[in-house]
Amino acid sequence: MLLPSATLLLGLLAYPLGLGVWLGFTDAKIGRPGEWVGLENFEYLVTDSVVQLALFNTLFYTLVASTLKFGLGLWLALLLNRRLPFPGFFRAVVLLPWIVPTALSAIAFWWLYDAQFSVISWTLHKAGLIDQSIDFLGDPWNARYSTIAANVWRGVPFVAISLLAGLQTISPSLYEACAIDGATPWQRFRHVTLPLLSPIIAVVMTFSVLFTFSDFQLIYVLTRGGPLNATHLLATLAFQRGISGGALGEGAALATLMVPFLLAAVLFSYFGLQRRAWQRG
Amino acid sequence: MALAAGFSHSAHAADLSFQPEPGAKLRLLRWKRFVEGDETAFARNIQKFSEKYGVEVKVDAESWEDVRPKAAVAANVGSGPDLIAGWFDDPHQYPDKLLDVTDLAEYLGKKYGGWYDVCQKYGRRAGTRQWLAIPWGIIGNAIVYRESHVKAAGFDGIPKDTAGFLKLCQALKAKGTPAGFALGKAVGDGNNWVHWLLWSHGGKLVDENAKVVINSPQTVAALEYAKALYPTLVTGTLGWLDPNNNKAFLDGQVSLTANGISIYYSAKNSPDPKLQELAKDIQHARFPIGPVGKPTELMQITQWMLFKHSKFPKACKELVRFLMEAEQYDPWMQAAIGYVSQPLRAYEKNPIWTADPKHTAYRDGGNFILDVGYSGPLGPASASALADYIVLDMVAEAASGSRPPKEAAQRAEARAKRYYKG
Repeated sequence: MLLPSATLLLGLLAYPLGLGVWLGFTDAKIGRPGEWVGLENFEYLVTDSVVQLALFNTLFYTLVASTLKFGLGLWLALLLNRRLPFPGFFRAVVLLPWIVPTALSAIAFWWLYDAQFSVISWTLHKAGLIDQSIDFLGDPWNARYSTIAANVWRGVPFVAISLLAGLQTISPSLYEACAIDGATPWQRFRHVTLPLLSPIIAVVMTFSVLFTFSDFQLIYVLTRGGPLNATHLLATLAFQRGISGGALGEGAALATLMVPFLLAAVLFSYFGLQRRAWQRG
Repeated sequence: MALAAGFSHSAHAADLSFQPEPGAKLRLLRWKRFVEGDETAFARNIQKFSEKYGVEVKVDAESWEDVRPKAAVAANVGSGPDLIAGWFDDPHQYPDKLLDVTDLAEYLGKKYGGWYDVCQKYGRRAGTRQWLAIPWGIIGNAIVYRESHVKAAGFDGIPKDTAGFLKLCQALKAKGTPAGFALGKAVGDGNNWVHWLLWSHGGKLVDENAKVVINSPQTVAALEYAKALYPTLVTGTLGWLDPNNNKAFLDGQVSLTANGISIYYSAKNSPDPKLQELAKDIQHARFPIGPVGKPTELMQITQWMLFKHSKFPKACKELVRFLMEAEQYDPWMQAAIGYVSQPLRAYEKNPIWTADPKHTAYRDGGNFILDVGYSGPLGPASASALADYIVLDMVAEAASGSRPPKEAAQRAEARAKRYYKG
């Protein structure tokens, strides 16, 4: 029984990862094998202003989008956990953004954010609130916020539905006990819901951070990293250089640069939140 | 076949053909069509070939930006399609994996009035007379504008010089009918016009010896020009990708842009009477000439690469010869309605270029465009520098004021040195 899974893990996960990391230490180009160059790629990349900007963008994107996804997701989960009519319907609706393929929803956002044809600009203009179109994707900060908003729209359902599943495992008797003790809603949330939800939050947010940090499709469709590289993430920059530009070694090195950040994010959210769960256990 | 008469000189060229290997089967990869006529005419030519030679040809088409990595992988692993229509400097990335096509190229050149100089640079191994690939076509690019709006702005057509062109854009802006050029990551529309801008002022990424020379007073002059031009453009160009200018132009939000012939055709063939009216107002012109005093445009070029790993090299060569011969090439180029222009001079006579006077601006790209590695060699460095948007980023930074021109040039220099080492 162990052999098939070991083969799968080694062949499909460990080998490509190992190969990717190895490529990062070579000067391989697409179409020609490279030679070992040691840390040369990494030494260059850390001094490259575009990479520094992409790293900043990635951290900013991940931090802001993940925080918003957590806040909104938790809020939505709490709402859905109340006794609503047609619970199945509402849960299905909430899941919609998650089900639509990212490439498709990104194209919808691309129209929403279009410099000339944005329906948002059009509505605000008709309402007399603005007198010229909002430059959603043509201004560096606007573009950052716009891509984050699209990412949040897409990612909230995952957080909300997972947390809802967690909420439903909390025994109602605990809330009854709270009610008897005269706890306020905030106290109930703070001392019952949150601690019991922590393990689930840890897992969900770990995944959420990972997805966000390594996001690619959304950026590729909306901006390809522009304007002025303001929305380039490490993943999109790695693609631009490694695949489009043929500098496979450098692209692989860029992708490898993501690993420590991803590991740190995993360790932080996983152990950080888990410990709180034990302490309160 | 009336066309054949136009090429009567061709009778002097010795005929050349390659006998396909018995039982040959070919796999061909090309970019997905931009206009429908291209695809059907191409399929017809392939079918004619199969019927004539009994060689089965399987045609795969990939989105144009995906061909490049796939071709590189085929070259690297030594298997995959027998021949691929790639882009720009692709053949120079893996010259040793490609069949020598010197005989074919020389034959075609002789028969069809010669290859344009730029096609010779793209097709030949640097510094030799050996041909690595057969240039297939140039994707035309020109200034597309609204005649009535340009007139209303006080100009009789597009000025021939960059200084006049800036004044036109300023006047268009003042009239509320601005120009728009892509400054986002627009692989085609963005790269084409920013290279024209840089080269028109005498700036260039590298010199003949592949030494990075981008940080020059000429580049700074080009960037100062970009800075002056930018405020005349419609809002949002910093985020524009390839399709944005088409959409904005067809909606009447910009009155001047740079594009292939597709904008005109979308308007002309639209069932919407408003767009048909617009088509009548559309005109095309060449880019203005800058202080260097000669045309400095960039356009995409596509070339046939025949791979050494093919088991049927003769069939490959015969197929490309067949496709490039007037009987096939002419109807195909005609069906592509001016989107693709010829690499061989004789095809300038194709009736597509005069069937509608608005086509003519797209005809002569081969005569004056510069190559993407200008003025250095073509190869991995020129490919990486283009894909990494070094020039486009530099122009966008300076134009938008996010960096002073000098600083934008310095940054481009540092980035270019990474690819052009030593």
